[in-house]
Amino acid sequence: MRRWRELFSWRGLVVRLPYAWLLAFFLVPFLIVLKISLAQTAIAQPPYTPVLDLAAGWRGLAAFFSGLSLDNYLLLGSDPLYFLSYVKSVEIAAFATLMLLLIGYPIAYAIARTSRRWQAVLVLLTVLPFWTSLLIRIYAWMNILQRDGPLNDVLVALAIVREPPVWLATDTAIYIGIVYSYLPFMVLPLHATLEKLDETLLEAAADLGCPRWKIFWLVTLPLSSSGVVAGVLLCFIPIVGEFVIPDLLGGSRLPMIGQTIWMEFFGNKDWPAASAVAVVLVCLLVTPIVLYQNQAMRAPERE
Amino acid sequence: MRKVSTFNLLAIVLGVAFLYLPIAVLVIYSFNASRLVSVWGGWSTRWYAELINDAPLVESALVSLRLAFVAASAATILGTLAALALVRFGRFRGRLLFAAMIYAPLVMPEVITGLSLLLLFVAVAVDRGFWTVAAAHTTMAMCFVTVIVQSRLVDFDVSLEEAAMDLGASPLRTFLSVTLPLILPAIAAAWMLAFALSLDDLVLASFTTGPGATTLPIRIYSEVRLGVKPEMNAVCTIMVGVVGVAVVAASLFGKLGATRGTPGPLG
Repeated sequence: MRRWRELFSWRGLVVRLPYAWLLAFFLVPFLIVLKISLAQTAIAQPPYTPVLDLAAGWRGLAAFFSGLSLDNYLLLGSDPLYFLSYVKSVEIAAFATLMLLLIGYPIAYAIARTSRRWQAVLVLLTVLPFWTSLLIRIYAWMNILQRDGPLNDVLVALAIVREPPVWLATDTAIYIGIVYSYLPFMVLPLHATLEKLDETLLEAAADLGCPRWKIFWLVTLPLSSSGVVAGVLLCFIPIVGEFVIPDLLGGSRLPMIGQTIWMEFFGNKDWPAASAVAVVLVCLLVTPIVLYQNQAMRAPERE
Repeated sequence: MRKVSTFNLLAIVLGVAFLYLPIAVLVIYSFNASRLVSVWGGWSTRWYAELINDAPLVESALVSLRLAFVAASAATILGTLAALALVRFGRFRGRLLFAAMIYAPLVMPEVITGLSLLLLFVAVAVDRGFWTVAAAHTTMAMCFVTVIVQSRLVDFDVSLEEAAMDLGASPLRTFLSVTLPLILPAIAAAWMLAFALSLDDLVLASFTTGPGATTLPIRIYSEVRLGVKPEMNAVCTIMVGVVGVAVVAASLFGKLGATRGTPGPLG
């Protein structure tokens, strides 16, 4: 271990190359978003002012700062559409994450109780859909949820409904799409902790006369809490900003915030407004993201 | 040794069915002879035949494949270096920010990453096209690569490296003849997964692309927005097939490495 330090030049390269890449393509772009969210829309290329003109020296810098304004944020406050869009996104993400937990936990638990060999197969089966395109999986649901699609065929054939209900362009369809797409993200971290669960603890509790539901509540669930936290964060954060799922399955009445950013950008070509919406979204997600990072950074060190 | 209760079995069966039925429906419908998706017109491969004549579609598929190759390769190099830095270098200056930048893109909503990268490319006045999308995909995929390689690095015995260095191997030699062979299966798996990620991405590509670099997901998206089309069922089935084979291959690679690479009790 000590000799790694002798490797100063190599060490420098190993750290600096990815570091520089992430600074340039992840951090700096964020600062630019922040800057443009304070700019004003203009009919020009690029469609915003002020543009930082470094060639103009100090005067350019001064002109740049005096040109910044909070107008875009005031716009967000004045138009209730934005506020409702944020609320809807957080609401959908919260309910969807809860559903994912309720559906994912029994699956993860059941997988963890099978033999080693089966666990490997089942985990692979769970991950596989995640690697096939989200777009394709959502498109598959567009097929299924059509008015005269297979789901309604089955429901009518089983006489569960008399009239085929409309699924597409409803919030129900968004929930179905989200739960379907994010299920692997919930099952995997839960399985990772449940797999390590020491079964002798459960046996001990059972031997001492604890009923099964109480064993679950007092032993299993608390011991898997780190998996629950990881799964919840891994689902909740991206769902809030989801674009493809609500765009293809949801209705057009009230967009989720990811769609709002997309529309401001591609539809209205209002880059500063899109940036302001994005900045507020990041602020909204900052707490769960920091929680997630702590969790993720601790994970490899624990093992 | 473990018996599976009915409840557990039910959970697994329903879970797997839920995950795979929609894809199965898609595959079956892609062989439907009827243009109307709701009417079953018998088995046919006509939609596959029509795809080959769809020149723009074939072209965007080629763009996507080239893009995925470039982005996966770059992401694998950068991600592996990042994993080495995080696992082997202890505490270096700026490690916290570094780790934060590795983990944040994994959960960051793609619309935000896409928007911010686009604004970067506009600010530095680069022409948008193939290379800007490649840079975007590299950034996203390298974080996944880092996490995969990192877990492999954490798993294996550091004393192997120390032994090599104690016997006089230079750090570079140690890396090439001890570390690299041990983590190679993870690197191969990571490359394939990065490839799949790039091949699938819609949002980042939409923001960062320019003329002449329409990827397959962008093409598919613009088609399916307006509704279900049988040709698209066929395209999607092909993509599912390609990605499925790649991921199964990747996991077999990983498995191979896990049995071969892990030192026994005697190290």
